[in-house]
Amino acid sequence: MIAETLSASLHLTSPEISLGIGALVLLMVGVFAGNRSAGLVNSLAILLLIGVAAYVFVTPLDGLAFGGVFKADAFARFMKIAALLAAIVSLFMAGLRAKAEQIDQFEFPVLVVLATLGMMLMISANSLISVYMGLELQSLALYVLAAMNRDSTRSTEAGLKYFVLGALSSGMMLYGMSLVYGFTGNTGFAEIAAALSAETRSLGFVFGLVFVLSGFAFKISAVPFHMWTPDVYEGAPTPVTAFFAGAPKVAAIAMLARIVSSAFGPVVHDWQQVIVFISIASMLLGSFAAIGQTNIKRLMAYSSIGHMGYALVGLAAHSVIGTSGLMIYMAIYVAMTLGAFAIIMCMRTAEGQPSENIEDLAGLSKSNPFMALVLTALMFSLAGIPPLAGFFAKYFVFVAAIEAKLYALAIIGVLASVVGAYYYLRVIKVMWFDDAKGGFAPASAGLKLVYGLSGLFVIAYVLFGSILGDAADAAAKSLF
Amino acid sequence: MAGACPTGRGLLVLARGKMKKAPIMGLQALFFYLFAFVAIASAFMVIWARNPVHSVLFLILTFFNAAGLFLLTGAEFLAMILLVVYVGAVAVLFLFVVMMLDIDFAKLRSAALDYAPVGVLIGLILAAELVVVIGGSVISPDIGKTVANPIPDLATRTNTAALGDQLYTTYVYFFQIAGLVLLVAMIGAIVLTLRHRTNIKRQDIAAQVARSPETAVEVVKVKPGQGL
Repeated sequence: MIAETLSASLHLTSPEISLGIGALVLLMVGVFAGNRSAGLVNSLAILLLIGVAAYVFVTPLDGLAFGGVFKADAFARFMKIAALLAAIVSLFMAGLRAKAEQIDQFEFPVLVVLATLGMMLMISANSLISVYMGLELQSLALYVLAAMNRDSTRSTEAGLKYFVLGALSSGMMLYGMSLVYGFTGNTGFAEIAAALSAETRSLGFVFGLVFVLSGFAFKISAVPFHMWTPDVYEGAPTPVTAFFAGAPKVAAIAMLARIVSSAFGPVVHDWQQVIVFISIASMLLGSFAAIGQTNIKRLMAYSSIGHMGYALVGLAAHSVIGTSGLMIYMAIYVAMTLGAFAIIMCMRTAEGQPSENIEDLAGLSKSNPFMALVLTALMFSLAGIPPLAGFFAKYFVFVAAIEAKLYALAIIGVLASVVGAYYYLRVIKVMWFDDAKGGFAPASAGLKLVYGLSGLFVIAYVLFGSILGDAADAAAKSLF
Repeated sequence: MAGACPTGRGLLVLARGKMKKAPIMGLQALFFYLFAFVAIASAFMVIWARNPVHSVLFLILTFFNAAGLFLLTGAEFLAMILLVVYVGAVAVLFLFVVMMLDIDFAKLRSAALDYAPVGVLIGLILAAELVVVIGGSVISPDIGKTVANPIPDLATRTNTAALGDQLYTTYVYFFQIAGLVLLVAMIGAIVLTLRHRTNIKRQDIAAQVARSPETAVEVVKVKPGQGL
C-alpha cells in the first residue's frame, strides 16, 4: 500500500500540504498588512482550519506516503478532525479575547496553524523520525505561544519552563528512539514490529522503550512527568491554555496509541505495565492534588492530568474496543475542556480584570444562571456522572480494561474518579450555595456560543453518542 | 521497498566520505601532515592562550585545518559545512559571548587544575571510543557494506551530489518538515524579542523630507514686556 509515485504521496498528504501552504500565505498577509491585520489573519486561519477539517472529513485517504513514513488511515482521520476542531474553537475564542490578553499579534494564529500542522503530522507519523519531526514542529510553536504575552512575567515564566522541560523530554525521547533504532535496526514502525516479532527483544530495547514512553508521558502531562502542567496552564494567557488543554493532548495520545500498537505491538507486556503505571499514577494525582487548588486554571490542569490517566486506561487494554474508548474519551474530553475554558475566559470583573479564583464563582447561579447551568453540566460531566458525556467516556475505557482483565486498573480508576468528583462538586457548591461576591462582566456572544454548544454536547451526548461511537469503532479497527 | 524505505541509516556514513585504502603519498601526504600538525598545535593553543579572544581565534584555525583534513579524504561537503556552520556561526557566537560577557578568565583558569581529573576521564573515554571505532573497521573491513544507502564511487558522484540525491528524494518529507520547524523557530524568535517601542527618537527620513517651512517654523510675535 506504499505510494509508488511522488504524486500519490503528495495526494495522501494533501491536507497537511494545504495547511502548510495556508500557514505561509497567512504569514505573508500578516507581514505585508502589518499588525492591524491580526483580526483578519485570525479569521482567515479559522477558515483555513475549517476547510482542512472538512477536506479530511469528506476525502477518505488511505495508504502510506513517502516510503512508509506517513500513514493515512481512518484512525488518523478521526484524531485529526478532533485536533482540528479543538484548534478551531481555541482560535475562535482567542480572537475574541486577543486584545485583553495582549496576544493580538498576527503571528499568533500563524503559530497555532503551524502547531496544528505538527499535530497532524504526529497523528499520521509512521516512523520514529516523522514522530520526532512532527512533535518538534508542534512543541516549538507551543513554547512560543505560552510566552506570547511578553509583558506578563507569569507568561514568560510559563514559556521558559515549558521550553526547558519540553527540551529535556524531547532529549529523553530521542535517546530512547536511538536505542530502539539501534536494537531493532529500523525507524519505520512496520519494520520495528517485524524485527521485534522475529527475535526475542533485548534489554537495550526495553531501555529505549521506557525512554520513549517517558517522553510521551511528558507531552500528555501524565504522572510522573506532569510537574510543568499547573504552572504553564496558570501562567500562559487563558486562550493559549485552552489550546494547550485540547489539541496537543489529542495529537500526543494518538501518536502514543499508534506507536505502541503498531511498532511495539509484539511486545505488549513490556509497554503495558508502563502505561498501567502512569495511568494509575495520573488518575490518583489528578484527583488528590486538585483538592487543594484555589485557582481554576490550576484546577483544570490537575483535571487534565487525571483525564489523561483515564484515557490511558483505554490504551492499556490494547484492543479495538480499548482504542475506540480512548478515541471517544479524547473527543469528549476536548469538548468538555473547551467549554470549561470558554467559561474561565468569561470570568472577569466589571473592570475587565481576570478573576480566576474558584471563590469568584460564588453566587453565579443568581448573577448569570445560564453560565452557572452550563458550568454545572460540564463539572458533572468531567466528574463522570451519568447521563452526561463524561460518564460514557469513562464507561468505555473501563469496560475495555475489564475485558482485557486489567481489574486492578479499572477498580483504582473508578475509586479515583469518586475522589475526583469531590473537587468538581466543590465548584458547583460555590456557584449555587455560596453568597454572591462581585459578579462578572457580561460575557461576549462568541464565548456564550462556545460554552452553550459544549453544554449541549455533554447533555445531548446520550442521544447522538452512538454516531461518534460507531465512527470511533470503525477508526480503531484500522490501527490493529 | 528496501531502497525506498528511509531507515535513516545511510546519511551519517555517507557524510563521512571515502576512507583511503592506499598509503598517503607525495603532495597529499605533505598537506595531511601540515593540516594535522597545525590542527593539533592550534587546538593546544585554544586552552593555552591567555587571552580568551585568542582562544576563539585558535579554535577557528583548528576548524579550518579540520576542514582541510576532510577535503583530503574526499568529504568536501562536510568540509564546507564545518566552515559555514562552525566558523561562520558557532565560533562567531563564541566570540560575541567572550567579548560581551564580563567573565574573569584568570580566575576560571586558576581553578582549571581542579577539573583536570574529569578532563582526563573524558579524554580517556573519547580515546577508548576511537579505538573501538577504528578497531571495528580493522577487524571487519566489510562493515561499510551493511549500510542502507552505500557511498557511491567518488569518481562518478561527489558526495555533495549523493547527499542531495538522498535528501531531496527519499528524505524529502523530513526535509520539508525541518524547513517548517526552522520557520517556526524564526517566527518565535521575532515574536518574543522584536519590540516596536513608541517613545524613542528614531530617524524618519520621509517625515524629514516632507517638512516645509510652514509646518516646521512658527513665527511668534512677542509683545514687549509680556514674554511668551
